[in-house]
Amino acid sequence: MLQLIARRILETIPVLFLVATITFFMMKAVPGGPLDTEKNIPQEIKVQIEAFYGLDQPLWKQYASYMGNLLRGDLGPSFKHANRSVNELIAAALPVSLELGGIALCVALLVGIPLGIAAAVRQNTWIDYLASTTAMAGICLPTFVMGPLLVLVFALHFEQFNASGWDFARDRVLPALTLGLVYAGYIARLTRGGMLEVLNQDFIRTARAKGASETRVVFRHALRGGLLPVVSFLGPGIAGILTGSFVIETIFNIPGLGRHFVTSVFNRDATLTIGTALFYAALVVALNLAADIAQAMLNPKQRAN
Amino acid sequence: MRYKTNRCSIRVLAFAALAGLVLVAGCSKPPTLVGEGGRLQILHKGNKSDPQELDPHIVQGVPEHHILQALIENLVTEDPTDLHPVPGQAERWDISPDGTTYTFHLRAGIRWSNGDPVTAHDFVRSYRRALTPSLGCEYAYMYFVMKGAEDYYKGKTQDFSSVGAQALDERTLRITLNGPVPYFLSLLNHYSWWPVHLPTIARYGDPYQRNNRWTRPGNFVGNGPFVLARWVVGHVIVVKKNPLYWNAASVKLNEIHFHPIESNDTEERSFRSGQLHVTEEVPQSKISVYRRDSPQLLRIDPYLGAYFYRINTTRPQFRDKRVRQALAMAIDRKTIVENVTRGGQLPAYYFTPPDTVGYTSRSAIRYDPEGARQLLAQAGYPGGKGFAPFDILYNTSESHKSVAEAIQQMWKRELGIDARLLNQEWKVYLDTEKRKDYDVSRAGWIGDYADPSTFLETFLADSGNNRTGWTNAEYDRLLKEASRLGDQHTRYELFQKAEAIFLDEMPVIPIYHYTRVYLLRPEVRGWNATILDHHPYPYVWLAPRPEASLATASAAAQRP
Repeated sequence: MLQLIARRILETIPVLFLVATITFFMMKAVPGGPLDTEKNIPQEIKVQIEAFYGLDQPLWKQYASYMGNLLRGDLGPSFKHANRSVNELIAAALPVSLELGGIALCVALLVGIPLGIAAAVRQNTWIDYLASTTAMAGICLPTFVMGPLLVLVFALHFEQFNASGWDFARDRVLPALTLGLVYAGYIARLTRGGMLEVLNQDFIRTARAKGASETRVVFRHALRGGLLPVVSFLGPGIAGILTGSFVIETIFNIPGLGRHFVTSVFNRDATLTIGTALFYAALVVALNLAADIAQAMLNPKQRAN
Repeated sequence: MRYKTNRCSIRVLAFAALAGLVLVAGCSKPPTLVGEGGRLQILHKGNKSDPQELDPHIVQGVPEHHILQALIENLVTEDPTDLHPVPGQAERWDISPDGTTYTFHLRAGIRWSNGDPVTAHDFVRSYRRALTPSLGCEYAYMYFVMKGAEDYYKGKTQDFSSVGAQALDERTLRITLNGPVPYFLSLLNHYSWWPVHLPTIARYGDPYQRNNRWTRPGNFVGNGPFVLARWVVGHVIVVKKNPLYWNAASVKLNEIHFHPIESNDTEERSFRSGQLHVTEEVPQSKISVYRRDSPQLLRIDPYLGAYFYRINTTRPQFRDKRVRQALAMAIDRKTIVENVTRGGQLPAYYFTPPDTVGYTSRSAIRYDPEGARQLLAQAGYPGGKGFAPFDILYNTSESHKSVAEAIQQMWKRELGIDARLLNQEWKVYLDTEKRKDYDVSRAGWIGDYADPSTFLETFLADSGNNRTGWTNAEYDRLLKEASRLGDQHTRYELFQKAEAIFLDEMPVIPIYHYTRVYLLRPEVRGWNATILDHHPYPYVWLAPRPEASLATASAAAQRP
């Protein structure tokens, strides 16, 4: 197990190096730069600003300098947020994204798993159909429809929540629901599939034959195996919840990382784009590793391998 | 067994649904920011995007201006109704008879927010900073009306005493200009001219370099009616009343919260749910709804700006001015503003917005499809025959697209020529336009200060904002001559001649003059329609809130 973890961590280094390099050169290749504005900046002023950010250097020197700073953990200054470093911006936005993602994940699990179990246990009954339809609706309704819909009903009609913002505890509810319900749909379907597979296996029949109650069969014997697909989904799923929150953050005006990730590209804020891309790459790798470890712990067959 | 379970499930589900409904419908409504703001005199304003910075010598945009206006005050400030310059940090000023020397007398006892006295030296030091090339002040050229400023900026002299800014004593500042500049006092209201507290900036880094942390909350020192209290990127900027401001007694607001909300749909929903007193925009699709159901919440103010199409005059088929004139004359601007933009915009028959400080162009474009067809035929393209299809370039936006589609159709119908729509992402579009790799490109221009020169000088031969390839020696001569004159009437006559040349040559096609369309709650007082969208905050306050207006807003906007 330790060997596996060590190997996977070592594999991360070239991945991150490649992400940084490719993003760096892609940002340099796209037309337009951070200093392009509708009102022209006089050339002599542009030269001064470019010199300050090192943009007057040849490309290879800019790259070498960026990678050098990166090795020291310095992601550089942001162009758009002129007096802030990328490290600072990420540090400020990350807790918000984590909080939103964390609550959304709880929503996804608390809604998705019971829904999936209910559907599997009562396969081909109206409960199954209702749960599966609900799950499918969650998957199919895009967040940019679901978000404004929830706002319309709960913020503007019932006036129980704010339509946007991140000021009060209740401001977490609608964005977390919007984000969480999509993943609840996936989780419900995976749980149902996993549970159905396990429920048809011999050891379940044996448990039932030995007189175990239905509750004990479902929750003690079947659930552990039935949740395996969910666990392997959770690695990329959590990364998706954290990285895919751009739309939610825009709809609800939340100061999270997803907005930096996308708007920095529009602003040609190269350092912020590379910084967030690197961060997300590291996150995806780490979460996949965590999912593998969790799966190994849940599944004796894989643990033996 | 299964039947029993199902019945049980139904009961549980029904109970849960009922409980949910009761919970939602029965809870008391939480307090809104607007409700609380009205009680505590806290104004909540939508501010579009995060400020790039809060250093007046570095920033460039409108959201930055909204915030800086609360934090820093210059020698003069603006009248809340028509923005004419009124005493600010200076209680009075003398202008020499030839209009080139301004002597400002500062108020007694004025202070920075850290308690230091504001002196004439602070202003001189600030000008020196803005003109130091290493800082990269993007608006440094705004200072070039001041004697010696351009030479200092361009390194022709290192001696700042050669620049026309002198502190005669602690409270007297003399500014000498290259020539009379009738709009100089208005120019002072542009943030590039605003003072900064240099000792504070020096405390947090090199005052002549970027990336200084002096504009962080806790560090920021200003002399305006408010002080910076909180700045959370992407979330909120809070300014609080400055007790050391010379006119603090008349400032009624205790705080202003600037909310950077990029999406205008989100902003509109926030307004409806009682989180904003004033928005920055209104989604285009909602304008007619508000106009019909809640006109008291919808504000449409004139705005000093022009929406126009640049024509790349270096492209062979646009070299002939008759072609350019034909394109301009075939556009039915009235239809565009009434049916496409629908925000009360004014059809633009000239470039400079009408009544810009008393100036309205006498020359104008006609809407004359028959005349346009004749001109096109004279240029060698009768009925549009032989005119190669060309692109209308615009940056991604539903509104730009709708206008471009309307114009594309008008050109096809009236002139028989084919235009294609070319949509590019903002920075790509800017890059394409600057490289003059376009045929026709949509553009907008907002005046930096209230004077016709801010529009007409855009198309001087050496202006970086020209981007059409068009130059005209006589046009340049007239504007240069106007810039040396002090007499407003004579200047305006020269502008009239220059604009007549411009409209005859038609390197750009004016489409409409902007309006500011936004939502404003009725309890906000002292918020006047001004052509630069400036609203001096010391005059703004919140009256007790009429509750009915909220319900009306909510009901109105829920209708499709």
